[in-house]
Amino acid sequence: MSKCAKHCPEIAPNDAQNAIDPGRRRLLAGAGALTTLMLAPGVSLMMSGAVEARPAGVAASAKIRWGILIDVSKCPDGCDLCVTACKDENGWQETGRAETNVQWIRKVTLKDKNTGAIKTLPFMCQHCAEPPCVDVCPTGASFKRADGIVLVDKHTCIGCRYCMMACPYAARSFVHEQVTNQKPHAPRGKGTVESCTMCVHRVDKGQIPACVEACTKAGNRTMIFGDLNDPNSEIAKAAGQHLTTRIRADLGLDPGILYSGL
Amino acid sequence: MVLAGVLLITPGSAGAKEMSPTSPTSPWGPKPTKAFKGDKCVEPVDVMRRDHMNYLLHQRDETVQQGIRGKKYSLRQCIECHAVPDKQAGGERTVEPFCGECHKFAAVTIDCFQCHTNKPEKVKSTEALPSGPLPPGHPTMNKKTSNSTNTGSWKKKTLFAALDPALQQGSTCNVQVR
Ligand code: HEC
Ligand code: HEC
Ligand code: HEC
Repeated sequence: MSKCAKHCPEIAPNDAQNAIDPGRRRLLAGAGALTTLMLAPGVSLMMSGAVEARPAGVAASAKIRWGILIDVSKCPDGCDLCVTACKDENGWQETGRAETNVQWIRKVTLKDKNTGAIKTLPFMCQHCAEPPCVDVCPTGASFKRADGIVLVDKHTCIGCRYCMMACPYAARSFVHEQVTNQKPHAPRGKGTVESCTMCVHRVDKGQIPACVEACTKAGNRTMIFGDLNDPNSEIAKAAGQHLTTRIRADLGLDPGILYSGL
Repeated sequence: MVLAGVLLITPGSAGAKEMSPTSPTSPWGPKPTKAFKGDKCVEPVDVMRRDHMNYLLHQRDETVQQGIRGKKYSLRQCIECHAVPDKQAGGERTVEPFCGECHKFAAVTIDCFQCHTNKPEKVKSTEALPSGPLPPGHPTMNKKTSNSTNTGSWKKKTLFAALDPALQQGSTCNVQVR
């Protein structure tokens, strides 16, 4: 679908189901502005602004809340660098069938029917603080790590797909076919559910997610990754300067993916 | 604790190896291929034969659920050392002639490699390798690492592991393989 977005001026056919109704979008944006993230000023400083590698043998810390801030106004139409980077990093390809497509990350096109304005934005697992996918999982495979990253433990996933139904963002997908040639750091296989991992294997090494890196390297700087709990982090500072939206803020899920310029 | 330490420092003794069913001179039993890299396993060989599945499953849960990385029973590390040129894979290095050899003999079926690649990392730089302590003598060992368990002799490290309750996988492991 991202390939198509390059050529099609209007909403790409595949994107139709992903597009957010503009009327509702305005409502969401309004709600978001009211509930703009508030960083507790008293929070003590655990880390400097930089992302640091966690030493070997140390568990993820609950003092951290990883998040991504996406400035939609800086996201070029037709650009799919983040999607390509994710594919490269995590070794997935699109299935070519909308119903069973892989949903690690996708470009969503918004169109204001009244004005004709079109905007695209990257969309992935929103890493909710109150994730419905975790509530419904019968085996505990769908879980939230201490540092806020929502994951599937594929070792305990039985492929029931309740989490896919529960996710209001349609951010998870099921692996229907056998997978070969996986990346060593990104195992994936038939019969389990998967979604954006916020590149947990990179973050644990002190790197930023592949999508954010690709976007930054290209000079677009649409995405900022960092610790939302750390008032000195680049992401927290940026979030403190602009009004940010959380998609479907009305659901009260407190996503870790923030959008500005929506 | 002292006793455990002594037991662990005792290297996978030569005697045990001669009598083992996997000894090259033995007419029966599986013959897993020799390690491609490294001269010592992460535990003595006799311990590994018995307990590798418990170590793996325990560390798997720690890594995925708590994000604990860089400990020694990483599946990727096993593959780095134990993947050997495999005729069935067109001469590419895979772990099949090693893991598969015993498992076929014992009629064990593992699903790990439906998701995990059984090939080692295509190394571009040391940066691509998992961080954390590697067994001493590991050819890919990052000399600059600050982790103290990475330096020193194997014996010292094994002793360290024996004395550090966090590394006493046997006692803290709550994963049971059947
Ligand atoms: C530093 C490299 C290295 C790493 C990492 C490593 N091994 Fe080993 N392993 C060896 C060596 C060397 C031997 C001794 C036998 C040989 O030379 O093949 C061995 C022996 C073994 C044996 C006994 C084989 C036999 O002949 O009976 C098993 C089982 C084993 N390893 C499993 C594992 C598993 C599982 C892992 C991952 C948790 C692992 N190893 C990680 C190097 C390594
Ligand atoms: C359905 C897919 C799937 C299957 C099957 C699977 N894994 Fe994993 N495994 C994963 C994923 C995904 C990760 C997380 C990778 C990460 O975060 O770095 C992982 C991580 C791990 C890790 C921690 C990372 C490392 O390399 O040390 C271990 C250990 C592990 N798995 C062992 C196993 C073992 C042993 C089996 C077979 C009994 C197995 N896995 C089967 C998907 C799978
Ligand atoms: C020396 C022979 C030998 C080698 C080499 C070996 N295994 Fe095993 N493995 C066994 C045996 C025997 C069992 C079954 C133990 C039991 O069921 O009590 C087993 C069981 C397992 C299990 C648990 C399976 C289950 O469903 O219960 C896993 C996981 C496993 N091995 C992983 C590996 C991996 C990965 C390698 C290669 C890096 C490997 N093993 C190499 C002999 C070996």
